[in-house]
Amino acid sequence: MTEMLKIVDLHAEAGEREILKGVNLTVNEGETCVLFGPNGSGKSTLLATIMGYSTVKVTSGSIVYKGTDITDMTVDQRAKLGIGMMMQRPPNIFGVKLGDLIKTAASESAESVLADADKFKMKNFLDREINVGFSGGEIKRSELLQLTAQKPEFILLDEPESGVDLENIDLIGNKVHDLLYDKKGCGRDIQRHVSSLVITHTGQILDYIGADCAYVMKEGRIRCSGRPMDLLKEIKENGYGECGACQIINL
Amino acid sequence: MSDNQSVKEALNKKGAYGKDLDLDHYEMAQDSDRIDDLQSSEFAKEMENVGVVADEQNRSGTIVMINNSVSHCSAKKQEGLEFMSTREALEKYDGLKDYYWKILDPAKDKYTAKGYLEESDGYFVRVKSGYHIKTPVQTCMLMNSNRTIQNVHNIVIVEDGASLEMITGCSTSHHADDALHVGVSEIYVGDNANLTFSMIHSWGKQTGVRPRTACLVGKNSNYTNNYVLLNPVGSLQSFPVATLAENASATYNTMCIAHENSDIDTGGMVNLNGKGARAEIMSRSISMGGNMCARGRMVGNAPQVKGHLECRSIVLKDGGSTVAIPELEVHVADVELTHEAAVGKIARDQIEYLMSRGLDEDQAVSMIVKGFLSGSINGLPPALQKELDSAIEQANLGD
Ligand SMILES: Nc1ncnc2c1ncn2[C@@H]1O[C@H](COP(=O)(O)OP(=O)(O)OP(=O)(O)O)[C@@H](O)[C@H]1O
Ligand SMILES: [Mg+2]
Repeated sequence: MTEMLKIVDLHAEAGEREILKGVNLTVNEGETCVLFGPNGSGKSTLLATIMGYSTVKVTSGSIVYKGTDITDMTVDQRAKLGIGMMMQRPPNIFGVKLGDLIKTAASESAESVLADADKFKMKNFLDREINVGFSGGEIKRSELLQLTAQKPEFILLDEPESGVDLENIDLIGNKVHDLLYDKKGCGRDIQRHVSSLVITHTGQILDYIGADCAYVMKEGRIRCSGRPMDLLKEIKENGYGECGACQIINL
Repeated sequence: MSDNQSVKEALNKKGAYGKDLDLDHYEMAQDSDRIDDLQSSEFAKEMENVGVVADEQNRSGTIVMINNSVSHCSAKKQEGLEFMSTREALEKYDGLKDYYWKILDPAKDKYTAKGYLEESDGYFVRVKSGYHIKTPVQTCMLMNSNRTIQNVHNIVIVEDGASLEMITGCSTSHHADDALHVGVSEIYVGDNANLTFSMIHSWGKQTGVRPRTACLVGKNSNYTNNYVLLNPVGSLQSFPVATLAENASATYNTMCIAHENSDIDTGGMVNLNGKGARAEIMSRSISMGGNMCARGRMVGNAPQVKGHLECRSIVLKDGGSTVAIPELEVHVADVELTHEAAVGKIARDQIEYLMSRGLDEDQAVSMIVKGFLSGSINGLPPALQKELDSAIEQANLGD
């Protein structure tokens, strides 16, 4: 299997503190991998490092994307290589309308994405300043609409379902599904064409997208890996306290 | 009011703010030719860039001044509205005793003194009591003669219960880069009246600009002053003063880009003299390495007045200086004046967020800057919004 993303012994700092302390992780082409881990363990920091945000500084180790070392690339270079991200807490972009960003970011037809805004319940948000005053659920839908325009080949999703009400979880789940799966053939095709790394606490999103592998992060390190449902069950039963001591370690 | 002698002495008096300009550097410009048809005028393009359009379908009238003479005054007529050159009005109305040099002192500084002594021409616009003028009256001040002074004296009167929108464009043709514009404007808004005064200006890299504006706003009336300057300028200093009666309101919106070698000092002052008067002074600017000073001053002289002052600047390049000077002064207890100022770079996380959608850094910065600018003026006449958007679009923000 081809490696889409390979992270090797990655150390990174934020706010003068080492947050990532030697992360090793691989996502293969076409795979969806889950990243579990307690609050503050460094999951979002890892995603920020993969996207190249300057809030995090890599001190050693490497990030290889489709065979290219991207560790020192700028954010837009990574985006142009096909990496896209849904942030947990995106910044407010004052003065810039959501619709205008979508027009600029669209890889193909912006018009068709804008026309679909309704299906994301985002039609009335196209003229609003990006993220300014958006509710938690609205931010998720806006991020998904932007990603849909962008069409990345590798997607980083930071808790796509958190804070989303029961009614909208279907919408979010289905839209994430659409981002990851080819729509050729009748209805939903099983062929996954986009890889992803998904952070989730509850695992709810997995009902929509399935997942091939999972990692557990704790205190800035990957503590174990395994089958998503096995790990989720273990975490639900025993919490993260047992991590590193349990039987599933399979790195 | 000052006598002639003190005005002559004032020719040596520096302005309160801004760089001192040497009036002797300039000559008085020659009178220029009349323009009969705006559409075929050689200046049509320049005028359009500052919001003054040749097709008057959506305008109530047009006055164009080139150098020191009024070159065009449209034939449009409508009930309740009069516009003509200031000199004509002085003749017709017996010296405009209630309005001419009434709220500005000719001896204020060398620029007002010069305007007074030259008996400058300009535009006179009046809306009669109770009339609402639907589409804007537009005026354009052009300079096309190098090393000359353009002296202008404008009078705008919106009588009780009337309303008006004015669009004033100013422009310098390229061979008149090193010229000086001195514009005196006296603006009178009656009771229960409305005036929106919007200016898009485009000067030359060395042009000196010294407007002197005062406005009297009557009870329950609204006065809005929009000022946009996106192109390079030599030295601009402007500090309009509005004085508000009971329950009157004033809004100043200023949007500037200080390019390298541009020296800009703008802002304004509002005297809240009537009970319940309100004011808002908003300034947004970008420094591309030039000097930008945004001033705002509010004086609360009556109870229950309210005001807010906001200066925001994005500094995109080193060099130059950006200064925000908000001033609040009150003389009674029951007032509420606030201010807010922010100067600095664009937050990195905002730029990177847009970059994560595939925009390169320059595109991301320019998108945020354009958003920052275009979001800054509320209540712009719809007729101007398009011009403004395209001016922002064309503004040179790259390196
Ligand atoms: N810029 C920063 N300055 C200081 N500390 C930071 C910074 N960024 C992250 N941290 C710290 O790093 C740790 C990891 O944060 P991170 O956001 O990656 O956690 P997480 O695993 O995503 O948690 P959660 O599940 O709560 O979202 C936290 O303790 C956080 O406070
Ligand atoms: Mg997180």
